[in-house]
Amino acid sequence: MSAAGFGFVYGLSARDAGFSPIEAIAMSLMVFGGASQFAAVGYVASGLAWPAIVLLTGLLNARHLLYSMALAPWFRRVPLARRAVAAHLLTDEAFALSIAHFRRVGGTDEWGYWVAAIASTLIPWNVATAVGVVLGGQIPDPARFGVDIIFPSAMIGLSVGLITGRRELVAAFVGAGVGVVVTLVTSPAVGIVTGGLVGPAVGLLVPAAAARETAPLGTTPSAERYAMPGTHFDPESEPASARDEDAR
Amino acid sequence: MSTTLVLLAVLMFLVTYPSRALGLLTPWLDRLPRVGFDYLQLVGPAILAALAAVSVMVVTDAAGKPSFHVGIEWVAVLACLGITAWRRNLLFGLIVAVLIVVIARGTGFAALPT
Repeated sequence: MSAAGFGFVYGLSARDAGFSPIEAIAMSLMVFGGASQFAAVGYVASGLAWPAIVLLTGLLNARHLLYSMALAPWFRRVPLARRAVAAHLLTDEAFALSIAHFRRVGGTDEWGYWVAAIASTLIPWNVATAVGVVLGGQIPDPARFGVDIIFPSAMIGLSVGLITGRRELVAAFVGAGVGVVVTLVTSPAVGIVTGGLVGPAVGLLVPAAAARETAPLGTTPSAERYAMPGTHFDPESEPASARDEDAR
Repeated sequence: MSTTLVLLAVLMFLVTYPSRALGLLTPWLDRLPRVGFDYLQLVGPAILAALAAVSVMVVTDAAGKPSFHVGIEWVAVLACLGITAWRRNLLFGLIVAVLIVVIARGTGFAALPT
């Protein structure tokens, strides 16, 4: 829903900024990064020079380096070519969904990553972009339907799925606070990356004893704790013993 | 139909892909010290929270100057946060957030974003 809603709004914005459908869809396929695409639409509309747009895009998408590094240990047994493809599909949503899933099952589930990256994000994002840019002119005021609130709501909801202890909670609060403050004095690109770097550093200051996961990863109690909001885990549908056996 | 901006999309891809690929394609990362791995596990919550906070608390004007924003979007996002944490249901949280904004804007309680 997040990818579809946000992609639709991007399509509308691109259309308003004078993008042709081919240009808008090409950007969604190749860049595949919502925040940077939105920013690029604004930059193009304001006449910013291309080198500056490219530079700002690189800065705004630098957060993916942190996602990529966080996922790396889970992907170490995946062949290089598939890792290279997986990298292009790495988005905020794909990262949040897949790493929570990996933690829940206590190991790498490559198929789960492809579902999160392609079925939940790539396809809805690009279809919605096409719909937005082609049909957008028939919708007089899309903000009236609240589509602009989908992205931040989805981001905060996805972060809830990753908060499993005090360290994550502190990292999220500090990341948000630092992100806003730095954005106000610089730009959203710098603010978000700074929040993403400083938040975890402060989160690590929480004593390990207070942050420690009490249930071993891969067990049913741990899975319940790590289950993504509104997604996979249903303790009634599968015997705990079978799940624990799988995890081992 | 114009295709000029396709080249811009290619350039944007070229600066984005390395960020996504470097971690996944670098073999030594799985031998990080424990503190490094712990740090990386905290990156997700921090960045997602920063994205959400910046999206609702900061607006930029036509000149690109950011300013602090208070609005109904705060209520919507907090409602989504609370519902997702309470019910473990992100879809329900998203629906409630959208409804809050639609009703507030439809009744004139909140202004449409510019």
